[in-house]
Amino acid sequence: MGIHRSHRVRPLEWLAEQLIRLLSLTAILVVFLIFLFVGRESLPIVLGQMNSAAPQTVIPVEQFDSLPSERIRAYLGLSAKEFQSLNQETLKALLEIRVEAALEGSTNRDAGLNTTEWRYLLKPYQWSDYERPVYIWQPVSEVPKYNLVPLLVGSLKTTLAALFFSVPIALGAALYVSQLASPSAKELIKPAIELLSAIPSVVLGSFAMLVLATALQALTGSQFRLNALLAGIALGMASIPVIFSLAEDALTSVPVAYTQAALALGASRWRAAWQIVLPAAIPGVFAAVVLGFGRCIGETMVVLLASGNASILSGSFLDPCRTLTATIAAELGEPVVGSHHYRMLFLLGTLLFTVTFLTNVVGDLVMHRLKSGLEGRK
Amino acid sequence: MNLLQQALVLTAIAGVGVVTAFADITVKGSDTMVILGQKWAEVYMQQHAAVKIQVTGGGSGIGFAALQNKQTDLANASRRIKAKEVETCLKAFGKRPREYAVAKDGLSVYVHVENPVTQLSVEEVGAIFSGRIKNWQEVGGPDALIIRYSRENSSGTYEFFKDHVLQGKDFAPAVQTLAGTAQVLQAVAKDKRSIGYGGAAYGQGAKHLKISPVKGGIAIEPTEETVVSNQYPISRFLYLYLNPELEKGELKAYVDWIRSDDGQRVVKDVGYFPLPTNLRRN
Repeated sequence: MGIHRSHRVRPLEWLAEQLIRLLSLTAILVVFLIFLFVGRESLPIVLGQMNSAAPQTVIPVEQFDSLPSERIRAYLGLSAKEFQSLNQETLKALLEIRVEAALEGSTNRDAGLNTTEWRYLLKPYQWSDYERPVYIWQPVSEVPKYNLVPLLVGSLKTTLAALFFSVPIALGAALYVSQLASPSAKELIKPAIELLSAIPSVVLGSFAMLVLATALQALTGSQFRLNALLAGIALGMASIPVIFSLAEDALTSVPVAYTQAALALGASRWRAAWQIVLPAAIPGVFAAVVLGFGRCIGETMVVLLASGNASILSGSFLDPCRTLTATIAAELGEPVVGSHHYRMLFLLGTLLFTVTFLTNVVGDLVMHRLKSGLEGRK
Repeated sequence: MNLLQQALVLTAIAGVGVVTAFADITVKGSDTMVILGQKWAEVYMQQHAAVKIQVTGGGSGIGFAALQNKQTDLANASRRIKAKEVETCLKAFGKRPREYAVAKDGLSVYVHVENPVTQLSVEEVGAIFSGRIKNWQEVGGPDALIIRYSRENSSGTYEFFKDHVLQGKDFAPAVQTLAGTAQVLQAVAKDKRSIGYGGAAYGQGAKHLKISPVKGGIAIEPTEETVVSNQYPISRFLYLYLNPELEKGELKAYVDWIRSDDGQRVVKDVGYFPLPTNLRRN
């Protein structure tokens, strides 16, 4: 680069520099490792290697001695080494357990379907006992049903409701605090809004579920106390401080000269704020909204408590809904580790990660566009 | 500043204390049973100062996974072990895990206190939750939509209810799920048209319905007597699983104690019912 050090590098400084570099690399590494872990757990489903269909043939235990050992090894899905290490008794017990598993399984006509295939994950299907094709998430069932659509829609619905609620409030507050408020009002409002982020989300969720729900039901007359709108409003409260802080920073960093020039030309304070400062700060404001989106879609506790968690596919904001995050949080404890239900939950995690990642990338691109537009570059 | 220093020193001591208090017996599994497990451990440790017991939750599935990996001595479960899980255990340590019923739980069906309905049959409850009955009118109540609250599908309670009350049918998609029995109760207490289910020992603020095994049969109230004697139609066991090879010494003594009259006395304090006397160990 252009700057050359004129003095010798001090060893302590060098050490500090390396340490900081290492720390920043660690962050990247950790993100990468987490994604690798989540991705790896869900990979068998993405690649279509899982099979939830009930096994068709069962070898009774009595045939253990008469069948060739190679056949039994293949049936039990053991590697040659594993097969060697297990004694006869254990192998027989394994056969027994397969018979029991077959009995546990159902006589449902859909039992032979592999419900982890992509078409069952994304398209409606008419299951036995159902009157019409449905999008349905019903993982604990004779025939596990893993349609992702209701969960995706649920997540987007609550997030949308949250942004509708929080963006106007947060941006309005940011504009007021940075441009119009007197210093003393600013001293009061700014910390107060930022204090909102100190409320733990479990408290916010409980408040929504116990108090807000009753008020909202009286106001909207909805059938369901807990619904997407309620969850959205509670989520909005959680995201207001995030959006506010960033937007306020962006607005404050617009040079005072802009406002002064506008005022000198006879604009009112409001007009200067609305027509000069806000457009100049638009990239930063946009980034704030994108971050708010990330906060909303990733929030778990609030939606777990307030959304009603019913996995129905509906366009109405007054119906309950189930989100990706709440599903993962609620279900991860019970399934057999490594089972299709378990992997499906990791697939939800991957999906969530992808959505947030894409939003951030698109947000970043749009932001740069806006920035170059403002700076008069093409 | 002095105060801060003291606080720091105290935290450090506490930290060291936690590290050195090595747990002799680890228990992991069902979230439903965490409080029960902790209560057992607490009472047992008071009587046996030399034994350290550490109880954590996570879920029945997590408990079984830990049992397979030998990360826990005992696995709590609010459901029975699945064939797939036995298979992994067999592969890991060559034995079927041993199962003990350690407590009984009755499941109540709750409605709002102002709901005129006082009893339902098991079949009607099943039909309500699977979506076949949608209006209170169909079971003798007012003309209003039934708002249904259920537990999360990760709970043993959910699975038990699905198997034994819904007869294996799916819950209707519109059934709302909440994370705990306490939340189901709160929701039911606040909504006149609602119905929910959960542990019989819970239930402040909502009305427990009497349940009849068949339509037109005698409806039975969930009480300790009716649940333990199996008269009340919706009840289940809670389980403890362990690797049979490890069942000796302190661990065996602890499991035996849980299943004895002394251990069973604790059960009622945390909202479950004791085992019938013929299943206890004396």
